[in-house]
Amino acid sequence: MNGQDNGDAARRVYDVIAKHHSARLPAPHLDDYRRVCAEFSWEQARGMLSGLPGGGLNIAHEAVDRHATGARAERVALRWLGRTGLRRTLTYRELRDDTNRFANALRALGVQPGERVFVLAGRVLELYVAVLGAFKAGAVVCPLFSAFGPEPLATRMSLGDARVLVTTQTLYARKVGALRERLPGLRHVILLGEDNAPSRVAGTHDWATLLADQSSDFDIVPTSADTLALLHFTSGTTGQPKGALHAHGAVLTHHVTGHYVLDLHDEDVFWCTADPGWVTGMSYGIIAPLSNGVTNVVVEAEFDAQSWYGVLQDEAVSVWYTAPTAIRMMMKLGREALAAYRMPRLRFMASVGEPLNPEAVVWGMEAFGMPFHDNWWQTETGGIMIGNFAAQDVKPGSMGRPIPGVEAAIVKRTADGALEIVTMPGVEGELALKRGWPSLMRDYLNEHARYEKCFAGEWYLSGDLARRDADGYFWFVGRADDVIKSAGHLIGPFEVESALMEHPAVAEAGVIGKPDPMAGEVVKAFVALKAGFEASEELRKQLLGHARNRLGAAVAPREIAFRDNLPKTRSGKIMRRLLRARELGLPEGDLSTLESDER
Amino acid sequence: MNEQQIRAMVADALAGIAPEVDLDTAGADQDLRQALDLDSMDFLNLVIALSQRTGRAVPEADYPRLFTLAGMAAYFAH
Repeated sequence: MNGQDNGDAARRVYDVIAKHHSARLPAPHLDDYRRVCAEFSWEQARGMLSGLPGGGLNIAHEAVDRHATGARAERVALRWLGRTGLRRTLTYRELRDDTNRFANALRALGVQPGERVFVLAGRVLELYVAVLGAFKAGAVVCPLFSAFGPEPLATRMSLGDARVLVTTQTLYARKVGALRERLPGLRHVILLGEDNAPSRVAGTHDWATLLADQSSDFDIVPTSADTLALLHFTSGTTGQPKGALHAHGAVLTHHVTGHYVLDLHDEDVFWCTADPGWVTGMSYGIIAPLSNGVTNVVVEAEFDAQSWYGVLQDEAVSVWYTAPTAIRMMMKLGREALAAYRMPRLRFMASVGEPLNPEAVVWGMEAFGMPFHDNWWQTETGGIMIGNFAAQDVKPGSMGRPIPGVEAAIVKRTADGALEIVTMPGVEGELALKRGWPSLMRDYLNEHARYEKCFAGEWYLSGDLARRDADGYFWFVGRADDVIKSAGHLIGPFEVESALMEHPAVAEAGVIGKPDPMAGEVVKAFVALKAGFEASEELRKQLLGHARNRLGAAVAPREIAFRDNLPKTRSGKIMRRLLRARELGLPEGDLSTLESDER
Repeated sequence: MNEQQIRAMVADALAGIAPEVDLDTAGADQDLRQALDLDSMDFLNLVIALSQRTGRAVPEADYPRLFTLAGMAAYFAH
């Protein structure tokens, strides 16, 4: 059978997956899209939060303390499944006590409100305690991905002026220890020992020892909706990673999207598969489910389709938030593998990270009896902005419609710098969002000019190209820049090129995203060598190892190709767009700026 | 295939995927993904490389049997 025909047939059958409203229990929160959108206001939604007792707002109070003193005190807040089969739970009350201990520990160390606490660990409960405890102490939390190599870690901790780092003994030994000299501002490193043994490493604190004598009472530092709470690094086309700053007020977006998009209800068991080293794992693996007071499942092990099905069944997960790469790997395994599992509680499945292909949305219907609901947002937006909803028709391949309280549009930037709103359906342009939702980034760290460039008047410009259809559904078209999206992670080509350029053999490097059936894109590097170096398989492996040592598996290239010369503009800028077009066999486009061509 | 043979084959396959790793640091029963900092794409590429070298198709359902060197040795033993 011809694959193209097959795809077309699938699309014909499933233009729309219609939702029938009658027999849904519990009743979806977003039952009537138009009515809820018309009636919604952020001011009114603020009533879904409780606020600090003395006024003000703190994420940890909304996510932990208000439940710990109420009817949910003895409910399991975090249910942790360890790699070796171990299980641990923390109730909301226990989570309040532990986060208070950590907040007290930070205070005892002299950490001031506004100082940065970085976390670098796999999915262990202490990471969740550290994040929430740091919010209580008024610190700004910055998550790091544990698969980063030393270079991305050093860059981010240095740019972010890390004062405290919470990590594991193993990660410290492997990646961080050697960086200490480069990080003079990093005053305290707190280590989680292996297998519950205390860590004994010079120049660091042991987590358990540090917390042991701390009181489980703590008065949350009086933060407001505008007090900075989170620093998330994200990648751009050029230069260093951008540090998007978010304030405590963002918790309102997390709560509201947990309510309306993930459709969280009081009795739900929720599982977000994203790692808390990235923004999805922070916003939806920690904050949104806890703010909504549900039981949040944390799985330490890496992806494996069959053990994931085991988690869905055994933990009776009712709402599941996952990612396209994982879904495509499950598709590859085939739905027969699901036959042995029963998941009667599973009610809603969502996906984010990169556009979910229509076949994967439809596969959800065949395999789980419900579609995957794709949604769209960015580090900068802080929370879900556009989504497919539980009780609303799904158009496979579409990112859905704006959430209540968010206005989205397709815009074009005109030659004179003004903005033109595209009203005609189906026309491609840049996806823009009107300011006014609470989790929009407050700044890029130390780069206010770069931040200003993201806005035109009232509109935040996403850098994503999209179109809107006549029913108001948005469809992703592509990125307006060269940023690479691999397995849901944003990768800046500049960071990869810089690491390659550090190798003595490399004269020039150009890095692109190459389409990949599993990961969406994989990182491919084109390299030109300095005089005196010969391209060889041996050197290719050397460069690959060099890049992986510095960047880590998640960021390093999967492929390296040698060239005698890379295409450049007159000013010497490598034309990644052209490398990519040629790699993909696409039209080369405007070549007027090309000065020195690829050889 | 004994453990020594599987080690040699995995080392050869990893040289093209993650040349920086030292396979000697991984115990026979350790999950290679943790022991060697391999991510799921690396692991997928490793399975493909082993499948090419042994001439055996590895269905996705069998992937969990290949997380350790001991598991690989048993899997490719016959």
